[in-house]
Amino acid sequence: MFIRHETIEKNAFLMLILTLLVISIGGIVEVIPLFTIETTVEHVTGVRPYTPLESRGRDIYVREGCYTCHSQMIRALRDEVERYGHYSIAAESMYDHPFQWGSKRIGPDLARVGGKYSNDWHYAHLINAQSVVPESLMPHYAFLADTRLDLDDLTKRLKAQRAVGVPYTDEQIANAQADARTQTDTNADQKALLKRYPKAVAVGTGGTITEMDALIAYLQVLGTMVDFADPANENLRQ
Amino acid sequence: MSDVVYRKPVQYNDAVVKKFVIATMFWGVVAFLVGVVIASQLAWPSLNLGLSFTNFGRLRPVHTSGAIFAFGGSALFGTSFYIVQRTCRARLFGGEAMANFIFWGYQFFIVMAALSYVMGYSQGQEYAEPEWHLDLWLTVVWVCYGIVFIGTVMMREEPHIYVANWFFMAFILTIAVLHLGNNLAMPVSLFTAKSYNVASGVQNAMIQWWYGHNAVGFFLTAGFLGMMYYFIPKASGRPVYSYRISIVHFWSLVFMYIWAGPHHLHWTALPDWTQTLGMAFSIMLWMPSWGGMINGIMTLSGAWDKLRTDPGLRFSVTAVGFYGMATFEGPVMSIRDVNALSHYTDWGIGHVHSGALGWVAFITFGALYYLIPVLWKREGLYSTKLASWHFWIATLGIVFYITSMWVAGIMQGLMWRAYDAFGFLQYSFSESVNAVHPYYVIRMLGGVLFLSGMLIMVYNMIMTVRSPSTARRAAVPADIAMAGV
Repeated sequence: MFIRHETIEKNAFLMLILTLLVISIGGIVEVIPLFTIETTVEHVTGVRPYTPLESRGRDIYVREGCYTCHSQMIRALRDEVERYGHYSIAAESMYDHPFQWGSKRIGPDLARVGGKYSNDWHYAHLINAQSVVPESLMPHYAFLADTRLDLDDLTKRLKAQRAVGVPYTDEQIANAQADARTQTDTNADQKALLKRYPKAVAVGTGGTITEMDALIAYLQVLGTMVDFADPANENLRQ
Repeated sequence: MSDVVYRKPVQYNDAVVKKFVIATMFWGVVAFLVGVVIASQLAWPSLNLGLSFTNFGRLRPVHTSGAIFAFGGSALFGTSFYIVQRTCRARLFGGEAMANFIFWGYQFFIVMAALSYVMGYSQGQEYAEPEWHLDLWLTVVWVCYGIVFIGTVMMREEPHIYVANWFFMAFILTIAVLHLGNNLAMPVSLFTAKSYNVASGVQNAMIQWWYGHNAVGFFLTAGFLGMMYYFIPKASGRPVYSYRISIVHFWSLVFMYIWAGPHHLHWTALPDWTQTLGMAFSIMLWMPSWGGMINGIMTLSGAWDKLRTDPGLRFSVTAVGFYGMATFEGPVMSIRDVNALSHYTDWGIGHVHSGALGWVAFITFGALYYLIPVLWKREGLYSTKLASWHFWIATLGIVFYITSMWVAGIMQGLMWRAYDAFGFLQYSFSESVNAVHPYYVIRMLGGVLFLSGMLIMVYNMIMTVRSPSTARRAAVPADIAMAGV
């Protein structure tokens, strides 16, 4: 049936309804299946929620707008895989609220920066990036080392993440404060922490917990959770 | 004389339009200035000063939100309120108070958003950085905007809804849907300005770019096309080139834009089928975009000579030219293999700015040069010569900006993928950082030129407003003035 456009443009209500219909289709087709198609997020072993300290570090990463200069998404291209490591898979950011894939590389990709440099290197680099990489354009983040990390609402933050789907257990939430303290003291016994959060990297030597500690802990876990040499993850190997 | 229709003159609400016009110019200066600052930081990183609130990462959202939402948003509110009243022959629905609430409510949102970024509150999603409580506030303001705009359309005396209003309605409606869809988040507590987005990872990425690309498609395109469809015919004194193209343009544009988001996520962990869909629709989008460009430019048929005498119209038409260029470049960059080179580089930044400076800002300048003498009832601009200076300085600024970013971006892309004779990656990342330094300086100079043009306009506008009013001469009894129209 042929409807004259005149009918639509004389009726504001009809025009709004039709517009709403037209703009809904694309979004529905592209977004909804990502929640329903099972293969969208790969089934791999190793991806776990962030430790309380890493999670706070991630909050700082988001707060400082690190994503405006650094991506966390290694594309499936030969040169990127050689430069940064295995291409990123969806499962690796499944607990990232929000995702931080980024869209611009003023600095290099950080998806697999974990373990590439020592804690001390990160410390020096965040204090004054040009002291270790003279060409760097990165601002100085020395103030993070002078700022005590606010841990007062730590459990609230973990619970908010649990509410949106991060599978923190009751045990993990109950031990949040202790885990944060353990992870900032390399001399402390890390066994319980590592049992709850494998591959967590301890930073600092006790004392005041700073925002710098949290950020470094976060950077050190990036891209290390999935073991691509593990036969269980074999179907993802290149 | 019996067929002369007598219509009671409508008292338009121009007070709120004036406020938004002033805000547009104010935020334009702020957004461009912050742009120059962060461009300088990229050229000379010591300008970051090492303070939390002056670092690039916190200032960049101030620039993007300032340009898009403060400058562009104020321009859209102001012009849409001006246009809808005249094309509907109806006073703004909802009364003075509601219009003023929208103005002050939106300005409050902008100021709070900018302050929150520098103080370290951010959702960490591009162009959607404000935290949850500000998102809620914006929702209230936006719903009021929708009520006022659509209410005015409903109260119209004209039987047809003018094409500019189709675009404004689609813009208001779609931005509401996008804003709600992308900002669903769980606050840490009622008193904490920190929240975690409901979606994560790949789904969050898709929703973000569904939002992000349609912030471009509906905020920066559909809304400003509404401006084009009013001010170009007005300034040139010619009717819109083709009614039929308007219809095809409108429906195809609003349908296709929504699909284009995944081209921001090529080669990532987003499934291939979604990437392919996004790419296909992005390429198809070229057609409605150019349909709109043709409709805008061809409206000047028979009035091309006005480009020589009317610098405002020159801005509007050049804007449509840049629109055509950016909407060709966009589809090219959305092709997966081109994107492999262009993504993550400064080519993207250049592309965005040929749209933002060339299209959004220029069409706004064109509208402002038309509006200010009309709103303040002045004979004309204080100086068309200064407006010409603005035009050429700003155009030169854009040329500096986009050419330097093309060179920098393509160079980065090529350096990152270059291999030496032994099969190793030829360049370290830091070598690519070093290589783009001169182009970052040129880009910064382009920004300085664009900002200078803006300051010239502000001066010109202040002087225009301070020039003698023509209002008294026009103050013949309304009945007589309207009778012959």
